[in-house]
Amino acid sequence: MLLIRCPYCEMDRPELEFRYGGEAHVARPVNPMAESDESWAEFLYMRTNPKGLHAERWRHTSGCGRFFNAIRHTVTDRFVVTYKAGEPRPEVKP
Amino acid sequence: MSDAALPAAGMLGGCTVRKADPAARFVLRGTAEVAAGASFGVALPSRLNRAEASDPRAALKLGPDEWLLIAADAAGDIPTAALQAQMEAALAALPHSLVDVSHRQMALLVEGPGAALTLNAAVPLDLSVEAFPVGMATRTIFEKAEIVLWRQGAEAFRIEVWRSFAPYVQALLAAVQAENEAAA
Repeated sequence: MLLIRCPYCEMDRPELEFRYGGEAHVARPVNPMAESDESWAEFLYMRTNPKGLHAERWRHTSGCGRFFNAIRHTVTDRFVVTYKAGEPRPEVKP
Repeated sequence: MSDAALPAAGMLGGCTVRKADPAARFVLRGTAEVAAGASFGVALPSRLNRAEASDPRAALKLGPDEWLLIAADAAGDIPTAALQAQMEAALAALPHSLVDVSHRQMALLVEGPGAALTLNAAVPLDLSVEAFPVGMATRTIFEKAEIVLWRQGAEAFRIEVWRSFAPYVQALLAAVQAENEAAA
């Protein structure tokens, strides 16, 4: 079974306890009313969808309940690193 | 697998499953300051996924700001209202959330040398004593039901499960016990 390290529980836990939460570090505009339709659509729908390392949100739903961020390789499904929500994206080698 | 995990005589599948006594339960959410001032009767653990117990009270830290409090007093006297009033008074000055969930869930006790083996049929965690030591408690999943699993002893586990899921969990445990018994 795929094990994911929860940065809050500080242990490897089975994938079944987690839920995927979409791409990480997508900042919501501070004032949505000031956004044009194009830039709002860009925020809502456009994602990087890379082949390779991808920073994404995960939630330890059936565990501590916290959202955190992970860098996962979208081809191999390998989790390179996980880190707490709010922390900057760490530098990792591809 | 060591011999210790094999069923013993008189215990189906090497373990027994029974319902725990009724208890008052609360979910407390707040900062470490809230945990320190909760006035629950047992110190709230500061380490995530650990339980502090002083019979008949127990506090389990399930999230960075979340504790499950379990209280059962002797002779079936369940002190829900008095305990809630006492804690609310102690925490009046601090922002927090204290919710009575006594009737939301019930507890099953799984005990015996085959307890971990039986649970592992449905729980994906590593339940060896090294990985899941005595005193560890965490929310996890039991097949399709969400449970709180607390290791009370080397061969004793407590499952806190929501009431509507309890028949499902019990039936699954019984099926696993029967299979382990047949395989032994």
